[in-house]
Amino acid sequence: MSDVLVVSEHRRGELRDVSYEAITAGRELADARDGDLHVAVIGGDVDGFAEDLNREGVDAIHAVENGEEFDHNVYQTAIAALLDRTDAGTVVTPNSVNGLDYVPAVAEDRGLPLVTDAIGFEYDDGLTVTREMYGSKVETTVDVDGDRHVLTVRGGEWAPAEGVGDAPVESVEVDLPESGARVTGFEEVGGGDVDIADADVLVSVGRGIEEEENLELVEELADALGATLSASRPIVDNGWLPKNRQVGQSGKVVTPDVYIAVGISGAVQHVAGMKGSDTIVAINTDPNAPIFDIADYGIVGDLFEVVPELIDEFA
Amino acid sequence: MKVLVTVKEVAEADDDFAIEGTDIAASDLEYDLNEWDDYAVEAAVQLAEAGVADEVVTVTIGPERADETVRMALAKGADRAVRVWDDAFEVGFADVAAKVSTFEAVVEAEEPDLVLGGVQAADTGFGATGVALAERIGFEHAAVVNDLEVDADAGIAHVRRELEGGVEELTDVDLPAVLTVQTGLNEPRYASLRGIRQAQRKEIDAKDLADLGLTPGDVESALEITSMYEPESESDAEIIEGDAGEAAGRLAEVLRDKGVGA
Ligand SMILES: Cc1cc2nc3c(=O)[nH]c(=O)nc-3n(C[C@H](O)[C@H](O)[C@H](O)COP(=O)(O)OP(=O)(O)OC[C@H]3O[C@@H](n4cnc5c(N)ncnc54)[C@H](O)[C@@H]3O)c2cc1C
Repeated sequence: MSDVLVVSEHRRGELRDVSYEAITAGRELADARDGDLHVAVIGGDVDGFAEDLNREGVDAIHAVENGEEFDHNVYQTAIAALLDRTDAGTVVTPNSVNGLDYVPAVAEDRGLPLVTDAIGFEYDDGLTVTREMYGSKVETTVDVDGDRHVLTVRGGEWAPAEGVGDAPVESVEVDLPESGARVTGFEEVGGGDVDIADADVLVSVGRGIEEEENLELVEELADALGATLSASRPIVDNGWLPKNRQVGQSGKVVTPDVYIAVGISGAVQHVAGMKGSDTIVAINTDPNAPIFDIADYGIVGDLFEVVPELIDEFA
Repeated sequence: MKVLVTVKEVAEADDDFAIEGTDIAASDLEYDLNEWDDYAVEAAVQLAEAGVADEVVTVTIGPERADETVRMALAKGADRAVRVWDDAFEVGFADVAAKVSTFEAVVEAEEPDLVLGGVQAADTGFGATGVALAERIGFEHAAVVNDLEVDADAGIAHVRRELEGGVEELTDVDLPAVLTVQTGLNEPRYASLRGIRQAQRKEIDAKDLADLGLTPGDVESALEITSMYEPESESDAEIIEGDAGEAAGRLAEVLRDKGVGA
């Protein structure tokens, strides 16, 4: 029961980076428990994926050939089968959108405690997980009962596993029950006029702007700076700006020279889209806003006072 | 068709807050309807308005204080509400399974055809209750739904799931199902004055575990929060001091140095 099973993730023919990060986390836990590290790859080009996933520290790879893309029914069934076949006590997966769609079901099905969105953990007699609460304003440590668990790990918190391993690859067949949820296709959304990913300077606006009318103020700032306007999710959800302006996990990943976050808290899903910016500037009234943790320059202040002054500077 | 909406009262920390033990001091927390659940309520009410749903019931696990939040959902058009609380919830941090056991009992009593809830709660950010509930009660499910069309005759929910990076997955889900919804699914309405007045007369059915045929043992949590602290910032951010004018002036210098506005 001290073995660990890491479930990898891929989309449209490519493994996602979080898969390699989950391997690192899984190896860490397996080491602490003196166990083996199993990696599962489910669906798609399993042979090719298995080769890529065969990194240092991996003890066994289980390839479940079934369908091209993610299907929660297949994942659930395959993981249940792997838990039966192996001695794995802990399942470690990326904390991703698809993770949200199958991991809780796996934990429930197996009666295992679930801790999501881990940013760290320690194992010493038992598992203690570090995670955030209250919009990343605080961290908590959480003790987990028992020696079997399911853990999802936040992207970007563990280094991707490297090196070349020599784990045996075993192909696994699972019997699929009839599924009442059928994936019928995929669609790319959010094209449009401007590609914020091309911009050198972004002025990005968040919920701190309060009203649609106030957007004019940040538009003016963007004009004055010769910058492109982008936004956090709530602005787009409100229909104030089109989807192609959204920065983040479900929006665009941007890497401008300068990113100016105006009234944006810095939720993890937003940060996922802009942390690679060269210089990050944050203007926010809340000194505890997590955006300041990744900013290079910060002004703790009211955007309605600071932004007009800044426009004046460049007028 | 009956729709059950799981709604949560979530806490948000004030700009200045103190930590007491393993939680933020209650006086530094403000409570509100979970943002993601607001979209779930709206989706359910829209189904009722379209004649697809006959009844919209909300269910909350929360203390009496949560009635305020529940009234908000009622004011927006939910027909009635169930609120579950028990001393057993006071002692610790309810994990996913504890919540699922509670909701399972409510589902058994209400027999909904569709359960809607937010994809995550803003305070704890677990993002797991809906899908775990589906597994427990044998419903189909889909998570992170940002488009929903219910074909009640065919017994299918046509949904879109929002994946990372602007890709959406199209999925057909057989009813009964649990769907966890993403913001952007619709435009949540504000409660009208009339709605707020009507909500005062709607029923909030307060239950404890015994009412649901459960015991404290059924909601025992496998998780215990052992510490809470403000994260040490690894940031080397330069905080620009001064009033708005001074700070803007200094920031302008920095930006010009980086070639901005040149
Ligand atoms: C699966 C999933 C995917 C997601 N994908 C994305 C994504 O791609 N992109 C994204 O952005 N979010 C995404 N989110 C949402 C994310 O969790 C947050 O809800 C969102 O980023 C918050 O946006 P915000 O910072 O603008 O708003 P808030 O978190 O409400 O922050 C507003 C900030 O403005 C500050 N403020 C208020 N008034 C003022 C003022 N007068 N002057 C200065 N500052 C002020 C406040 O202090 C606060 O920090 C996703 C969520 C999920 C669950």
